[in-house]
Amino acid sequence: MTGPAGPDRCAGATDPHDAADPADPPSIFGPVADWATDFDHADPSYNPNAHAIWADLRQRCPVAHTDRYHGAWLPTTHELVSQIAYDTEHYTSRSVVVSTSTILAQAPVGAAPPISSDPPFHHHARRLLLPPFAPKRIEPWEDDVRALCDSLLDEIEAGLTDASGVVDAATQYAQHIPINVIARMLGFPPEDADTFRGFVHDVLEGVNVDPEERMERFRRLDEYIDVQLQDHRANPRDDLTSFLLEATIFDRPLTHEHVRGSIILLLLAGIDTTWSAIGSSLWHLAGHPDDLARLHGEPELWPSAIEEFLRFYAPVTMARLVAQDHELAGCPLKTDEWVLVPFPAANVDPAAFDRADEVLIDRQENRHAAFGLGIHRCLGSNLARLEVRVAVQQFVARFPRFELTDPDAVRWSVGQIRGPRRLPVRIMPTVPARRV
Amino acid sequence: MRVHVDSEKCQGHNRCYALAPELFDVDEFGSSVVIGDGVVAPALEDKARLAVANCPEFAITVSDDA
Ligand code: HEM
Ligand code: SF4
Repeated sequence: MTGPAGPDRCAGATDPHDAADPADPPSIFGPVADWATDFDHADPSYNPNAHAIWADLRQRCPVAHTDRYHGAWLPTTHELVSQIAYDTEHYTSRSVVVSTSTILAQAPVGAAPPISSDPPFHHHARRLLLPPFAPKRIEPWEDDVRALCDSLLDEIEAGLTDASGVVDAATQYAQHIPINVIARMLGFPPEDADTFRGFVHDVLEGVNVDPEERMERFRRLDEYIDVQLQDHRANPRDDLTSFLLEATIFDRPLTHEHVRGSIILLLLAGIDTTWSAIGSSLWHLAGHPDDLARLHGEPELWPSAIEEFLRFYAPVTMARLVAQDHELAGCPLKTDEWVLVPFPAANVDPAAFDRADEVLIDRQENRHAAFGLGIHRCLGSNLARLEVRVAVQQFVARFPRFELTDPDAVRWSVGQIRGPRRLPVRIMPTVPARRV
Repeated sequence: MRVHVDSEKCQGHNRCYALAPELFDVDEFGSSVVIGDGVVAPALEDKARLAVANCPEFAITVSDDA
């Protein structure tokens, strides 16, 4: 291989934090030998140490490789990440989640349009969904999102038996917000929240299990969605599911597979991602009392602070498949190999951002790529920003002072979506909270 | 000062609309549209520059022709 990676330039191993779900079948891969030549983004030690791994790789091997997953590449600079995101000729979105699966849907529609679609079909599948997620259609959800956050906070507060109580900001709070919002938008039963969480886990975290097991999990997901679709066909209502069932492309209704795929995308794309962004922002504030105090004193900094959290703790790494053999920064990419597109690594590349490795809540210039770049820009970004802003502000308004109880008790997700999955914080006594 | 949005590059991140709603609006697909003829009042010049500096797609430019 002509790439810059070589086993002689081995990175030392990083601290493993076992974040894997104990109920999961084991990964079919062993521990990572060298991040440059044997990386595994679904190894439990990757997400907790991601910033150090990217910084190391950027120095000695800007495009890392692994033989795992039938071959995958990991670029770590902003330049390469944006180059890939804009290049729909050498890369296909046919699959955006690196896994052990070898049976993948076909271009240009893919299994979950529009995220899995390539041009020209992508344009049509996306255009359909743009209006319901445009700013002016999302803004009216703000009161509902705030009410949801407040009711979760009421419950948390009621459970705090003494003033130094500990709450898990990830599982008791952040997680519930996107699940409830998307269930309502799709018109799915909110009491199925645990089921959705299971699906998200299967699709996004269970990537290195036996391929047969992975297929079986997708079958269960399809079955669940089919039941919801049947119900919506029988009882159409004012929600995104009925909207998609009635939608047309070129005057023809969407195929059943298209509707199901888009619904799966909408259900899954917004949950772990937004949960992670809320959780990471709260994690930052719990560990940086100076920033927390500054936000209390200078509330006009909220917009830049949220964008800075999105930049620095960007939760979403996407993937592409190589569509034709070519070289990327001197590395020989072969058709059907995976390429990870780590927007979070691009966001902390010192070549693209001043003081890239510092969180500056008053950063003025911030062209971060947390929501992607180019034609696949996150369709849900207006909703996601609303949820993150309201969720973090409401938490801080209710609990003006909180701190990490034990940094080692924090657990990070596994796989392409990065964020805290367990986040114990201690709520500190304070004068009665102001409401935002 | 005048602001311009390159509609080929704009992907609807809506940073401009959030930072400078006096200068940018969004259409029903969430793409940015410059309000009026794009001429920026002196008091809004900083906001225009802020929008330029926060568009991830480098879709916004300012010119001196106004
Ligand atoms: C903070 C939370 C979120 C982050 C960081 C995020 C990030 C991303 C990124 C990076 C992409 C680009 C995919 C690619 O290039 O292949 C994307 C696509 C997408 N996201 Fe999000 N997302 C978030 C929340 C949401 C929410 C709440 C929804 C909707 C309910 C959503 C729906 C989508 C959809 C439908 C796409 C596919 C767009 C296309 O392919 O044209 N996302 N997201
Ligand atoms: S910030 Fe840039 S990409 Fe986003 S809407 Fe404005 S012009 Fe378009």
